[in-house]
Formats: sequence, C-alpha cells, structure tokens
Amino acid sequence: MKKIEAIIKPHRLEDVKEALNAIGVAGMTAYEVKGYGRQKGHTEIYRGAEYTVDFRPKVKIELVVDDDAAQAVEDAIVEAARTGNIGDGKVFTYDCAAAVRIRTGERGPEAL
Amino acid sequence: MDLKIALDTVWVLVAGMLVFFMNLGFGLVESGFTRAKNTVNIISKNFIVFAVATIAFFVVGWGLMFGDGNGFFGTQGLFMLSGADNSPAVAEAYEGVYSAISWTGVPLLAKFFFQLVFAGTAATIVSGAVAERIKYVSFIVFSFVLVAFVYPVVGHWIWGGGWLAELGFWDFAGSTVVHSTGAWAALAGVLVLGPRLGKFGKDGKARVIPGHNMTSAMTGAMVLWFGWFGFNPGSTMAADPGAISHIIVTTTFAAAAGALAATVLAWTILGKPDIGMTINGALGGLVSITAGCAFVSPGSSLIIGAIAGAIIVLGVLLLDRVKIDDPVGAIAVHGMGGIFGTLAVGLFAQDAIAPGTTGNGLLFGGGFGLLWNQLIGVAAVGAAVFGVSLVVWLAIKATIGVRVSEEEEMEGLDIGEHGNRAYPDFVVTETTF
Repeated sequence: MKKIEAIIKPHRLEDVKEALNAIGVAGMTAYEVKGYGRQKGHTEIYRGAEYTVDFRPKVKIELVVDDDAAQAVEDAIVEAARTGNIGDGKVFTYDCAAAVRIRTGERGPEAL
Repeated sequence: MDLKIALDTVWVLVAGMLVFFMNLGFGLVESGFTRAKNTVNIISKNFIVFAVATIAFFVVGWGLMFGDGNGFFGTQGLFMLSGADNSPAVAEAYEGVYSAISWTGVPLLAKFFFQLVFAGTAATIVSGAVAERIKYVSFIVFSFVLVAFVYPVVGHWIWGGGWLAELGFWDFAGSTVVHSTGAWAALAGVLVLGPRLGKFGKDGKARVIPGHNMTSAMTGAMVLWFGWFGFNPGSTMAADPGAISHIIVTTTFAAAAGALAATVLAWTILGKPDIGMTINGALGGLVSITAGCAFVSPGSSLIIGAIAGAIIVLGVLLLDRVKIDDPVGAIAVHGMGGIFGTLAVGLFAQDAIAPGTTGNGLLFGGGFGLLWNQLIGVAAVGAAVFGVSLVVWLAIKATIGVRVSEEEEMEGLDIGEHGNRAYPDFVVTETTF
C-alpha cells in the first residue's frame, strides 16, 4: 500500500476530487493548511501598516491506495491540480505499513 | 417656534437616522451571505457607498430630484442646495424652488437629510448583487453616477412633481423609487459582470456557494426590519399620530407574513426551512409594503407580504435557472418585491385610509385605473434605470474595467483589492471557487 499526500491550491480541490473519483478512488481526507515553498508569501496591510504573510493557504489531501494504483493517482492529482502558475503544490508518496478498518477489523488492502 | 414644526422635525430626523442605520443591515446581510475571503471587500463597499452617496446627492442629486423644472428632471436650484427656499413654510406660504417637497413643514436640511438616506439605500442595494467579483473602484464610480443622476431623475418623475406624479402613480415610501431602481441598476451590473467563477458547473447547473456567516445575515436582516420603521413611517415627514401608527403596523405585518410565507414555501419545495429564504422573505415583504404602507389596510398588508415572500423564494430559484448570479438575492428581494409592491397599490389601496390620494384599487371597487398607472410607472422606471445603468456599466467596463482577474477572484478580493483580511487569526480557505 502507498500513502499519497498532496498539497494543492485550495480552489483545485474540487477538480482533484472529481479526477480521483473518475479513476475509482473511494475516499480521501482533506484539510486546510498553511505553507510556503518557492512561491514565498505576500504582503498584507493592517490599518496602514504593511506586513508579510509567509504562509499561504493551501489544502492538503491524504489517501492510501493499492501499490498498483499509486502511479495513476499521482498522475491524476498532478493533472487536475496544475494551473501552471507558481504555488501549484507538490505530491509525496510513502510506503504504508498497515491499515485497519475500525468497524470490521479488516486489515491490509481490504481495509482501504 | 411652532410645536408642530419641532415635533415634525424631530420625527423626520429620527426616522432618517433609522434609515441611515440600514446601511449596517445591508453590510451584515451581504457579508453573511458571501464568502469569508471577500468580507473586507463587502463591508468596504457598504461603508463607502454612503459617503459617496452623500457627496453625489448634495452636489447635484437633490436638485435634479426636487428642483422645480419639467416633468423629467429639476432645473432650478440644481447644485448644492443653492436654490431659494423658505422652509418650513408650506403650501401657499412656500416661496422657493423645491416646491415638490414643500408639503412637509420641516426645515430644508431636514428634508435633505431624509431624502439623502433614501438615495444611499438605492445605491447600497447594488452592492450585494455585484459582490465577490466587482472591482472596488468600479463600484464606487457607478454608485456616484447612480446617486448623482439616475436615482434623482426617476425620483423626480415620482416624488419631484414629474410626469408619473401628474399621471396618478403612487409610491409612498419607495418600492419603485428606491428598491426597484437599485435592483434594475444591479441587474444591469450583474449582466455586464457575468456570474462568479464556479457558480455554474460544466453541466450548466447552478452550484451552491454558501455564505460564511448566518449569524451576521440574521443580525443584518433584523437591523433592516428595524430601519424600515424609519423608512416607511418616516415618509409621512410629519409626526402624524394616526398615519405613523398605521404605517408601522402595515410595515411589520408585511415583514412577518413574508417571513412565514417564504419559510413555508421553502420548506415545501426544498424540504428544509432554509434561514436564507426566511430572511429574504421578510425583506421581500418589507420592500413590497413600502409603496402601499400608507394606502392599504393592515389586513391587506398581510396578504401583500405573504405573496411577496412567495415571490422572493420563486424569484431566487428562477434567477439561478436563467444563470443570473446574484449572491445575496438582491434582485429578487428589491426588484421583484418592489415591482409587486408597487402593483399591489393598484389592487389593495383604499380611499378611506388616505383620503384624497390613491383612491380605491381594483379589489376595492376602484377599477383598473390605478393599477394601470402603477404598471406604467413600474415599466417606465424599469426601462429607464436598466437602460441607462447598462450604458454606464459598459462605459466603466470599457475604461477602468469592471471585474477583478480570475486569480484574484479565486484568492479572494480581500487580499487582492484591499490587502486586508477579515479573519486573520483563522484559516479560512475556500475549497471551491
């Protein structure tokens, strides 16, 4: 099993979700995060004073899939999340050692 | 000093202050019904619009609206309240150039303040409909033109002794003058702007873009309802005990009936009593009783409010169907509610309630005459305001532009337009457009 984490632009989440549904991914976890990479931050103003905001709002999604599905999932995320502009995000893939479905106790790929 | 003048002036000014307070109501309703990333932009628009309206109405709006002139606009005392005037003298004793409003016995500046807060209301209606995609500067420019020229000219037709007043068209506190005018201007803006990104999916279906704060929306609606106690009863422009008591009851009855009707209808159609529909139903009831609040009975006001509440629910759903993106429902509430309310005068007016004004409406044996006049007024104001506003919006689009960039719209107008954010201590990230 592989765990795939992707950090994407928030407004791409809908498209990424649709793309993953289209290739049969059954579920995922998404949360709001803040971060920065090469994009760096931007300047905001508060009552006339400027300040720099380094951390920009992003969405992080996590999902665990079968080994053979991992490549297709990576590709689908990259394609759906890409705008071509700086700050599009990154995808990371890790090995996943175990998985258990709490309700039934199933283990391994059956639990996904 | 005459006690009546003192009482009338205090009443007009207090009522004017209540109408001023409606700016807060609009700000809260509109920011509540839109997304967190655009909150600073919405409240900025709702704040500055009254400042813009104040200058615009002082410079030329008042003169165009109330100055003596022809049937279409005022020509005397045009700029900066410069015309001769001996208010609070009334009727034959009045000597001045603002004779269309010489029926009220209060000082000139009390008349000006009360009319100013109405002009500001018309402008602030536009704000919600064009929200979440309009450039800040473009909204400011349009608001100035609306209050300086568009609103006062149609206002002159009806309240300034113009051709609709001569015809026998009645709009007591502004279902048409204020609310429909704002809504027609907003509709033109919405058509020039186009819908928000992501409002209509690839399949063409309307998608929900939920507002971020229902507490704010509800607070705003209550502030508006409260402000309407100045808007309608204040339009007597005199502390006339019978009239203001009558009007405050018809006003609140229509709001109550509108809220209930919209809730029941939404519950039936959508399966749930949607608070957004309850709020807009109450506001629709208020808008629709504004024209007739002094001319119809409390019983009739319940019927008018209930019908308006139903119209608002169907109107909001219809606008989604025809791909007109109005984030807060302003076109349904102020446009459809305003049109219906104005026509309702032609149906429900009773001569006995305000003798010597409207006469009886269709349902009280007055025949079609009044209804026909109301229809002419609704159509004329609609065509004029929509047509002129469309030209103004297109001119703004061709010069300074009207819509923010796609990227800015997705990131939110708060950062893009203002460099501010409304809730800096929270992560508030939009996961759709």
